[in-house]
Amino acid sequence: MIRFQDVCKSYPDGTEAVRDFTLEAPTGKTTVLVGSSGCGKTTLLRMVNRMVDPTSGAVWIDDENVADVPPVPLRRRIGYVMQNAGLLPHRKVIDNIATVPLLNGVPKAQAHARAAELMELVGLEARQANRYPDQLSGGQQQRVGVARGLAADPNILLMDEPFGAVDPLVRADLQAELLRIQRELEKTIVFVTHDIAEALALGDQIVILAKGARIAQAGTPQQVVAEPADDFVADFLGLGRGTLDLHLRETPTGTLVVDGHGRPAGRLVEPG
Amino acid sequence: MNYFSQAIAWIADPANASGPNGVWARSWEHLWYTILAVVLASVIAIPLGYLVGHTGRGRGLVVASSGAARALPTLGVVTLVGLVLGVGLIAPMVALVLLAVPSVLAGAYAGIEAIDPRTVDAARAMGMSEWQILTRVEMPLGLPLLIGGLRSATLQVVATATLAAYVGAGGLGRFLFLGLKTQDYPQMLAAALLVVVLALILEGVFEISERVTARRLHTH
Repeated sequence: MIRFQDVCKSYPDGTEAVRDFTLEAPTGKTTVLVGSSGCGKTTLLRMVNRMVDPTSGAVWIDDENVADVPPVPLRRRIGYVMQNAGLLPHRKVIDNIATVPLLNGVPKAQAHARAAELMELVGLEARQANRYPDQLSGGQQQRVGVARGLAADPNILLMDEPFGAVDPLVRADLQAELLRIQRELEKTIVFVTHDIAEALALGDQIVILAKGARIAQAGTPQQVVAEPADDFVADFLGLGRGTLDLHLRETPTGTLVVDGHGRPAGRLVEPG
Repeated sequence: MNYFSQAIAWIADPANASGPNGVWARSWEHLWYTILAVVLASVIAIPLGYLVGHTGRGRGLVVASSGAARALPTLGVVTLVGLVLGVGLIAPMVALVLLAVPSVLAGAYAGIEAIDPRTVDAARAMGMSEWQILTRVEMPLGLPLLIGGLRSATLQVVATATLAAYVGAGGLGRFLFLGLKTQDYPQMLAAALLVVVLALILEGVFEISERVTARRLHTH
């Protein structure tokens, strides 16, 4: 469990990125922080592994205040996946994935064996192990980033718009893979995105943020869509603008789901 | 053209080749001065450049002082230090090191500054200590620009090392100053040609090492 307790972050120039933020991210679940750019969501994420220290308030991992843990060992037991993967360009895929275990002193053979398992888990072919990041597609690089985040088997995985820089098809693929991996591993994930569709697809808990990391609404995907707390949330979801206001239309070839503008959003099928 | 062929003949003359004042000995000496000056400059400039590049602090100061060092007239420095410390290798070596420091320094910190900040951020978020970030990420990825800095420092030094002979030390400058005094222009031109050849050889070495490094780092 990760708990943010009255955290604030202000900078010397007076900007207040985060004001009095309190939230609990439950163990084994995915919490998605979603909001427009500049709302402070990445700042919040980076407080968990002390890439940012709060000006006041505290972040707790279970019963431990992260401020009491030195940053380097703290970061090594928290997985981190970032936009554009952030891979080391001069190291092979397998060594990128094994970065943290190697830092922790795991013998190289063992770290590589573990990295090979993870490559399989995230859907990379074994022959890509000896390639360099610049020889991979954006989607593949992102898979390497996820594998690297999981390499030390952390309980917590922080993901900062990890699929923001790949095309929509690859993005949907990666989202599906993440859901599958999460069903298997049950990590405590904090996921940051500005894409509400992504938030609805991945989150057990969705936290919609306004400027200064003010919580506009927190709840399950179902709660936020069914009962948006206010106009800001409704607007952010695209309710009233038609994007998520769906209805059914019978056609000769089956039942279509259409949005507020009458554009097809999907089709109606039997679950399963 | 006459001087030119006379200069070639002077170099080819076996009488000028060997012995303590021969072409080979003076060329080695010249190369040795060059390497020594660049190594000494590196000992000063590389750690300082890494410190500036890694922390992002003191950049203004370093840029200003290396700009000032570049503006120093080398012959003036040789004369001044020579007057204080006497004739020999020390005075020209001080001047050559001063000449080499700015390029090496710029190569060291620019190499680190040019790295994608997201790569460094990711390394830190993985749990690398600052020292590990420097040695495992910034130093290898900054290598191409550092080699570029060493390259331009070496070229400046190899050309300027002729001044060592001005205060009684050796190197290819010996032939230059001797030729000047005795109005032996073919000998002067021969010395200049030998410096050019040495510079081209060093250029070739750096060109190869830059290519090998870029290929090994996958940075292109």
